[in-house]
Amino acid sequence: MEKIPFLQMGEYLLVTIQIDMHDQLALTLQEDLTNKIIQTSARGVLIDISSLDIVDSFIGRILSNIAKMSQILGAQTVVVGMQPAVAITLVELGLSLTGILTALNIEKGMLLLQAQATFPAKSQNKYTRQ
Amino acid sequence: MMSIHTSSDIILVRQAVRQMAVELKFSLVEQTKIVTAASEIARNTLDHGGGGTVKMEIINDANRKGLRLTFEDHGMGIADIDLALQDGFTTGSGLGMGLSGAKRLMNEFEIVSQVGVGTKVAMTKWK
Repeated sequence: MEKIPFLQMGEYLLVTIQIDMHDQLALTLQEDLTNKIIQTSARGVLIDISSLDIVDSFIGRILSNIAKMSQILGAQTVVVGMQPAVAITLVELGLSLTGILTALNIEKGMLLLQAQATFPAKSQNKYTRQ
Repeated sequence: MMSIHTSSDIILVRQAVRQMAVELKFSLVEQTKIVTAASEIARNTLDHGGGGTVKMEIINDANRKGLRLTFEDHGMGIADIDLALQDGFTTGSGLGMGLSGAKRLMNEFEIVSQVGVGTKVAMTKWK
């Protein structure tokens, strides 16, 4: 069965979504990732979606769910690398991805996670819109 | 014409729609909008219609070309289309943005549905 691999970097997990996810794979990712957070005591999750050429409401819901589940398990999720055309389409589609932190790339996402660990409340805008 | 009976079919539909949008030389943003709308409606066809078909065609009017996608299923149908077209209305696994969102992403959007008979969605993006 197909799986989406995770990379562990210290206390963070990096998930790079490189293939066009069908629905079952998206659900498997949700489950595997929550298990991995517990196994590794991860404090943050970076989800790189730079290879995704669309994000529809189903994928949007999966990303939202992952963010909520990891938060409950003590890990913050940052979605990084969204393509401009995807961002434009998401807004018109009407998805706001509430509750999901985003950053331009992995590096900025990492800074955001580190800042979250230190100053949870005010760090978001500082790194997401640089 | 392609059939939509599994979630892998949704991916195949997305790829086929993308290819046609590229052939018609839609911009990357327009391609993304069309493919996203197709993905939303294909999922509705699968989840609520119990599977169905999509017809993809290039259409011409006087001075422009367009991509028309027609999704058809013989599922339960939609009792209240106005309600189903509202943002946030959901019966299933999405975020309730499927129909309303797809309508915003395309230029023309038509939906005909009869309870117990099925649903047909025809949508067009003009170049």
